[in-house]
Amino acid sequence: MSNASSPPKPTMIEFRDVHKYYGDYHALRGINGTIRAGEFFSLLGPSGCGKTTLLRTIAGFEGIDSGAVLIDGKDMAKVPANLRPTNMVFQSYAIFPHMSVAENVGFGLRRDPRSKAEKAAAVEEALEMVGLKGYGGRAAHALSGGQRQRVALARALILKPKVLLLDEPLSALDKKMREHMQVELIKLQRQVGITFVLVTHDQEEALVMSDRIAVMFEGEIAQLADPETLYRRPNSRKVADFIGTMNFIPAEVIGTQGDQIEVEAKGLGRALLNADQCPAGRGDVPVVGLRPETLTLLYPGQTTSERKVDGVIDEVIYFGDMTYYDVYLGGTDVEVRLSMRNTPGRPILEVGSTVDVAWSPSALVLFR
Amino acid sequence: MKSRGLKAYAIGYLIFLYAPIALLPIFAFNDSRIIAFPLSGFTTNWFAEMWADRQLWQALKNSLVISGSTAVIATVLGVFGARASTRYAFPGKGGLVGLIMLPLVLPEMIVAMSLLVVLLAISVPLSIFTVILGHVLITTPFAVAILSSAFQSLDKSLEEAAYDLGEGPVSTFRLIILPLVAPGIISSLLICFTISLDEFIIAYFLAGADTVLSSYIYSQFRFPAKVPAMLALGTILVLVSVTLLSIAEFFRRRGIAKTGGKDTGGFL
Repeated sequence: MSNASSPPKPTMIEFRDVHKYYGDYHALRGINGTIRAGEFFSLLGPSGCGKTTLLRTIAGFEGIDSGAVLIDGKDMAKVPANLRPTNMVFQSYAIFPHMSVAENVGFGLRRDPRSKAEKAAAVEEALEMVGLKGYGGRAAHALSGGQRQRVALARALILKPKVLLLDEPLSALDKKMREHMQVELIKLQRQVGITFVLVTHDQEEALVMSDRIAVMFEGEIAQLADPETLYRRPNSRKVADFIGTMNFIPAEVIGTQGDQIEVEAKGLGRALLNADQCPAGRGDVPVVGLRPETLTLLYPGQTTSERKVDGVIDEVIYFGDMTYYDVYLGGTDVEVRLSMRNTPGRPILEVGSTVDVAWSPSALVLFR
Repeated sequence: MKSRGLKAYAIGYLIFLYAPIALLPIFAFNDSRIIAFPLSGFTTNWFAEMWADRQLWQALKNSLVISGSTAVIATVLGVFGARASTRYAFPGKGGLVGLIMLPLVLPEMIVAMSLLVVLLAISVPLSIFTVILGHVLITTPFAVAILSSAFQSLDKSLEEAAYDLGEGPVSTFRLIILPLVAPGIISSLLICFTISLDEFIIAYFLAGADTVLSSYIYSQFRFPAKVPAMLALGTILVLVSVTLLSIAEFFRRRGIAKTGGKDTGGFL
């Protein structure tokens, strides 16, 4: 997670109005943005949003039709993939099947002037870094999915690139293994201090791993921010909908008071929102967004210092550690989902119960 | 026993397929110029006679030159064609690949006649070189077909990974692509060699004064006295073919085992 007090890091990658066409298809539509040195950066979006294409323009596998991609201050327009200071972990891992693990990892050292023994030591060191010490002699095709991925990582990192590019590296692993590798990748990134650029369609993975995330839709970056901002203050309904769960409640803008905006949300009532809760308008029908965990169900006898509204439970979804309740608010047809942690002694309420729901105006985001 | 009829059919089919070939060694060692049962005695004379036949040696030499050259040229062309058709998209690709594959279904007679007309028209002397020309034409589609499946199963990101790790296009081809399509290249060489070796029509039309093995064998069958020696030659050819195919199959299986792929049957 980003630390707000640390000084801003220097820029490692810069996109300047990058456009890319496949025939008539406009794959990248004016990408601007910077990736900082030493940052764990994610390109997040649904399939077909251009995130992989953008990653491949960094690697040099895709040319661009206009604009510029700069790595470490240098324009990459005329630099081919094999001369760029980037290395990539492919989605399929692209382990050379006719070579041993050590030959795979040491492949990039072919042009290295060091002695054979020094190269072998470097290979062994890289294997140790990814937890595959002593695997050098094995045939690459005999490895498991997780091991192949580690080999791919070691092979890319042995060249000490300025940027490591990861194209959905965890998508082929099962859930347990994926969560394990997420943590390992974060640790590895901290250890080597190289800029990591990850492509993923999994918003949870992006939130867990990244310092900053660019959310992409249809060839454009919709929002580029740190995970917390992205989650708490999404700049559009689309981003809010893509990341986590969000309730959208019809609202009306009443007026402004200084730099605050007063809204009337159906079922909740009036609320004053700060400027950071009101991203730029897009001419949409106004709604306010509210995350499930910012709503609290009040059990009989409980009170709150926040605002509250009465409601009727329409649906109860039990998740083990959590229970989700769908609640109709204040006698309206506005239904919100809220989540309650199942702490000891806290009962699961039944469908049809009348309850009070506590909420805070500071948790609202206005989309209009 | 519902399957008895099918079983009998299968056995009959196999006999029809292989019994004539089994007769080759039998009469090659039979001590008589008449090809008929009963057998009269054992001899290796026919092999000696064949061995001493200088025209046969010349025909064999011509055939090996033709088949060897054809196999190499067709396979090199096949590598280019397969690479282009599996990796790149370009306008008119479908039609172009179709035209390359057309000789597969084109009657050889037509290929042979039209080539002969053209070669005579531009007064190119007929020789083993014109036969090679014709054989490359008919074997290239086989090479493209075999190599396309080899290139098709190659993950594109393997090449990209090699570029990414600092290699250029030439060294990537040599270090990654070539070793991984090597089983396909061996299959292609072998198939093209075999097709060229026993091809008759084009060899007969375009060889001019030069003789090749297939046309020489055919010509010898006009002389009953020469037949046993030809059977001896046939016996040796069968042995050589079986050995070559076994070697090719061994390399193909080893290649698959080495890269951890699944054995999908192969061409042979």
